[in-house]
Amino acid sequence: MASNSNSSESQRIAQQRLRIIAGHLQKQKDDDSGIIATECKAEANKGTVPRKRQEIMKWNGWGYSDSKFLFNKKGHAEFTGKRYRLSGMVLPSLQDWFENTFGASVNHKSPATPTLNASAVPPASLNEAFVEDLKTTGIPFSHEAEDRVFRAHGHCLHEIFALREGKKFERVPDMVVWPNCHNDVVKIVELACKHNVCLIPYGGGTSVTSALECPPEETRCIVSLDTSQMNRILWIDEKNLVAHVEAGIIGQDLERLLNESGYCTGHEPDSMEFSSLGGWVATRASGMKKNVYGNIEDLVIHIKVVTPRGVIEKSCQGPRMSTGPDIHHFILGSEGTLGVVTEVTMKIRPIPEYQKYGSVVFPNFEAGVACLREVAKQRCAPASIRLMDNEQFQFGHALKPQVSSIFTNFVEGLKKFYITKFKGFDPHQLVVATLLFEGDRERVLQHEKQVYDIAATFGGLAAGEDNGQRGYILTFVIAYLRDLGMDYYVVAESFETSVPWDRVLDLCRNVKERINRECKERGVQFQPLTSCRVTQTYDAGACVYFYFAFNYRGLADPVHTYEQVEHAAREEILANGGSLSHHHGVGKLRKEWMKESISSLGVGMLQSVKDYVDPDNIFGNRNLL
Amino acid sequence: MASKTLYSQRDPMLKRDGFEDILEERRNSSDLKYALRCYAPVLYKGVTPCKANMLKNIVLQSDQLHYVINQVSQESGEAPDIIQEEASVILEEMAHRLQISTVRFFAFALSKAFKTLFQHVCVNEEGIQRLQQAIQEHPVVLLPSHRSYMDFLLMSYILYTYDLALPVIAAGMDFMGMKFVGEMLRMSGAFFIRRSFGGDKLYWAVFSEYVKTMLRNGFAPIEFFLEGTRSRTCKSLTPKLGLLNIVIEPFFKGEVFDVNLVPVSISYERILEESLYARELLGVPKPKESTSGLLKARRILSEDYGSIHVYFGQPVSVRSLAQGKVNRSKYNLFPRHIPRKPMEETQSFVNDTAYRIVRLQEDNMVLKPWVLMASLLLQNLEGLELSVLTEQTLWLRGLALSYAAFLDWPDHAPTAKVVSSSLALHRGLACVSGGRVSLVVGEPLGPVTPEEALFNRAVSVLSCASYRNQVLHVFLRPAMLAVAMHTAASSRKNEVYNCFSFLWDVFSNDFILCPGDTVQDFEEACYLLVKTGAVQMPQQDIEMTDRGQPILSFFNGLLEPFLQGYQVVCRYLCEEASEGLTEKQYIPAVRSFAVKLILAGNLRCYEVLSSDMQKNALAALLRMDAVRKVKVADQVTLIVNKMAVNSIDDILGGKLPTQKAVLARL
Ligand SMILES: Cc1cc2nc3c(=O)[nH]c(=O)nc-3n(C[C@H](O)[C@H](O)[C@H](O)COP(=O)(O)OP(=O)(O)OC[C@H]3O[C@@H](n4cnc5c(N)ncnc54)[C@H](O)[C@@H]3O)c2cc1C
Repeated sequence: MASNSNSSESQRIAQQRLRIIAGHLQKQKDDDSGIIATECKAEANKGTVPRKRQEIMKWNGWGYSDSKFLFNKKGHAEFTGKRYRLSGMVLPSLQDWFENTFGASVNHKSPATPTLNASAVPPASLNEAFVEDLKTTGIPFSHEAEDRVFRAHGHCLHEIFALREGKKFERVPDMVVWPNCHNDVVKIVELACKHNVCLIPYGGGTSVTSALECPPEETRCIVSLDTSQMNRILWIDEKNLVAHVEAGIIGQDLERLLNESGYCTGHEPDSMEFSSLGGWVATRASGMKKNVYGNIEDLVIHIKVVTPRGVIEKSCQGPRMSTGPDIHHFILGSEGTLGVVTEVTMKIRPIPEYQKYGSVVFPNFEAGVACLREVAKQRCAPASIRLMDNEQFQFGHALKPQVSSIFTNFVEGLKKFYITKFKGFDPHQLVVATLLFEGDRERVLQHEKQVYDIAATFGGLAAGEDNGQRGYILTFVIAYLRDLGMDYYVVAESFETSVPWDRVLDLCRNVKERINRECKERGVQFQPLTSCRVTQTYDAGACVYFYFAFNYRGLADPVHTYEQVEHAAREEILANGGSLSHHHGVGKLRKEWMKESISSLGVGMLQSVKDYVDPDNIFGNRNLL
Repeated sequence: MASKTLYSQRDPMLKRDGFEDILEERRNSSDLKYALRCYAPVLYKGVTPCKANMLKNIVLQSDQLHYVINQVSQESGEAPDIIQEEASVILEEMAHRLQISTVRFFAFALSKAFKTLFQHVCVNEEGIQRLQQAIQEHPVVLLPSHRSYMDFLLMSYILYTYDLALPVIAAGMDFMGMKFVGEMLRMSGAFFIRRSFGGDKLYWAVFSEYVKTMLRNGFAPIEFFLEGTRSRTCKSLTPKLGLLNIVIEPFFKGEVFDVNLVPVSISYERILEESLYARELLGVPKPKESTSGLLKARRILSEDYGSIHVYFGQPVSVRSLAQGKVNRSKYNLFPRHIPRKPMEETQSFVNDTAYRIVRLQEDNMVLKPWVLMASLLLQNLEGLELSVLTEQTLWLRGLALSYAAFLDWPDHAPTAKVVSSSLALHRGLACVSGGRVSLVVGEPLGPVTPEEALFNRAVSVLSCASYRNQVLHVFLRPAMLAVAMHTAASSRKNEVYNCFSFLWDVFSNDFILCPGDTVQDFEEACYLLVKTGAVQMPQQDIEMTDRGQPILSFFNGLLEPFLQGYQVVCRYLCEEASEGLTEKQYIPAVRSFAVKLILAGNLRCYEVLSSDMQKNALAALLRMDAVRKVKVADQVTLIVNKMAVNSIDDILGGKLPTQKAVLARL
């Protein structure tokens, strides 16, 4: 059967998951020394993120400075730090997998530049009048190179690669400001309009669309507006189950603070450790548990936005309105081009009583997709259901730690034996679906049975909770793994799309094949890793997420090659009925396809909104249009 | 303007592969062993072999078919399961039942037959290797030229010989007339399509889904003839698009990553059906394919048919061809299982692709010295001194080679020897007497009417023309330029171009001229004529050089029969045709008009008696709006715009400049 763990075990796991999230929080010392306290700074800053982000986070890679993968002297992979489940563990199979998959070697290192070279950063070109006026408001700001560089990028491959190489920066923000509340933002925007300064909102910095990059042609002073200090829950309304929250709060803090009152939002994008509420709204983010809680557009009840024309908000918090086109939808996905999201009223839910992971192994990807389709049809998708292809299944296996109470190798081995030998599943074909159920215990178990029964009709075999959980851990650490790859000549990136059900298989196959072919044509000397998974199900289609990585030894300009291949892959996606993006957004990376995607009339509509709201292009990051 | 780069773009086939004779091994080892040996071809990657019956089930259960079944049921009021039953009957009638035992039987029998009929069966092995590679990567569509019934048996035979996946072959229903043979062919991979099923939605749905299912699943290479039918003239026929549309669509819909089209050129030194075709073109009704008819063909077994060359061309990726031409995302907004007319963009892409493939077939056709001799003989119907023929053949060889003809000229043999052995092989067509070479005209016994004599002579001329036709594609463009220079009022380049473009237009049913390529073809023609020193192009002129005279006059002679033939058709339509001329009456009427002219000594062109030329001329006139078709009751009547037809006639005859003619058409 699916799981024979008793309820206390499941409880333990559920608790543990909450701890994973809570675990990221190390109380930050309040280092706001010498800053004038403003009226909106009523309570001490409880957020994880300090103004000097580089104090806890890598300046040229993903996540916390103390957490990273490395190959130790024995060639075994290790994950440093104490924050994560995998922290401090040795992953004996990873090296093998890594070397075999990429033709890479732990002896061929491509180390990153250790520290930021300040001379590679163009000097700040400040708008003195703006700075003078800003000083009178008491809002903290900085024009130190490190602060500016940190906010000049998101987490696209080319951005991180350039940081590691220590390349000269073409354009970075000239200064960074840290508003503490809505009113601070109003003041900043007013001053920016007055002095014709370009503003770029900055949330968690996890963008993967070049959305945070400064347009090189921008000649005005560029100010990065870092929302990280606007991170309070202003009130919780238990009668209506909504919370009013400042938009700079990051996912892990939001969940932790709500958990303290017994609530959660259930919005868990894979980047939730660092991405912010305002960023989610600005990019139309999607969380893995959207089947229960909805995507960001389903979660927001009210949004407050400061624009050059003033503040946009609705007059009430009615749960649905017929008042013409929903103005929230101009804001959702606006990618920082219209203004700053400062406060959001968001739905909350009581923390689920019970959580359970699960997994199903299918003989092949086709069977897995057919099963997910059926689950969607019967509208019985668990909080999360994801189908990993064979490449990712193997990748997941490579991440098994050496000894651990949770990862029982012996049983795992038995299971593998069972699957590959008895059922005749081909280990190079089989795929795994990972599941996460939530709710009250009774219902979860019932639900679980329903899903496993459907799976069985497609040849799926229940493969245990651990396999399921490991799948979600993989998503959590994947960005850290990319940094490891880059230490050894491997570049990697992910991209996503949404596509009608009947085209899922064709799209996956064609995109993978296109990538392989493009790599070959562009002189990539090693077989690339192309892998995909179906990460979300909808009534009419699914979200498909691709990983793509290759060993770049022998290439003169790996990033350029990578970009060409990704470009081709996107064309292939569009030609196969996939969308330009399901949740990452457009940014500057995919702008060129906007017309094709939403018609030139559609682009015109967006443009006229932009022209009305921000006639002087104060929010000049040039995303989308 | 004559740009080398443009021409050399389609030059890479100049580097052609060498050939291996596959009969050689057959002559030295056991046919039985060969037929029974282990056959284990490589397959399309990841394909799980699928029994013919499973295939039928997949088709019958497909969404595509269900959609149409429901549609037909709603329209006809018939219950869906009855229609479903009908579909299953259609599929039964259509589907192949490929069976390795039958293939082995054919492998054995054909080995025997080929060895008696042919000296060599030559195959380019590099092409085979490319094909093997292609089969593993993407679904493959084999597109052979079609000159003989032999073609598809030969193809399967070769693929079996090289241990390649056997194709499934689209064949015309007429084979099914021969019960036994039909079933044998079915078991060797043929599937059968009715010749016409115009508005029959259900039939179309079953058929296209059947083909697509085989393609998508990579079940086997799919083979069909782009030309639709055997070319009776040995000239490539303008391509038919139905099946090509079907096999390309899965790519546009994203159901397969790519489709590889493999042009195959099958060249016969002598075609089994040679004189049969000539008679057919002259209006002797085609014998219905029947088993006994085929048996009669045993007589054929006693003759020498020379060699066959089969050239497997470079696989053409539909994906690369479509790059930038078809926006696949246009298919995103419509469910893929609902049949739809191809979009305009797609249609023109498929049309273009079809023409390019046929041209690739032409390019790799192997030419024998005899085709050069036949071209010369046809320009000298009264006969030619053997020594002159020999000398001119050698001259023409040089010209052909400089135009990249794929000529199979024996190494190190003196020209006289080459000429005489060609004459020996084709002794049924030409003979030498008293040092002169002339066409052989079959002498029937007993008294002969003038018509009968004329008819006999026409058989010889048309048979001979079928050899000349094989070389036409090599000379076509420069020859049209030569004619254009001859008819144009001046040597101004733009005027010559106008004439060229007019001819290009008129003859685009007779020759393979890729739509939209007029300018490119013109430049190619200029380049070639300049290259061979026949013309020079000072500034805005095109002028013949002193050395150019023989070349240009040969080219004019080469196209003369076509010019004359079309003119006769025009004249008939203007002078003779009655008001209510029906489409049915058209061919016999033109034929008797031409017979009259020939008998009266006013016409020396026999080729106009060919129904092929008559049909092509009519198609051209219809295309140019000089003739219209009107359906009256059950009859299709031809309405002739005499002014327009007249002016086309005049331009072809060089009596009217092109500009004026264009106006007259309006
Ligand atoms: C490892 C990894 C995993 C990811 N997983 C997911 C996932 O599961 N689901 C998902 O949806 N996305 C995912 N993303 C993408 C990214 O996390 C989302 O786009 C996220 O919503 C960005 O939020 P952020 O706070 O980091 O915004 P930033 O990256 O700081 O900014 C993104 C854009 O929003 C604008 N912006 C930010 N804050 C505001 C504001 N307050 N007002 C107006 N504009 C603002 C910025 O100007 C910029 O244009 C992932 C990214 C990474 C690197």
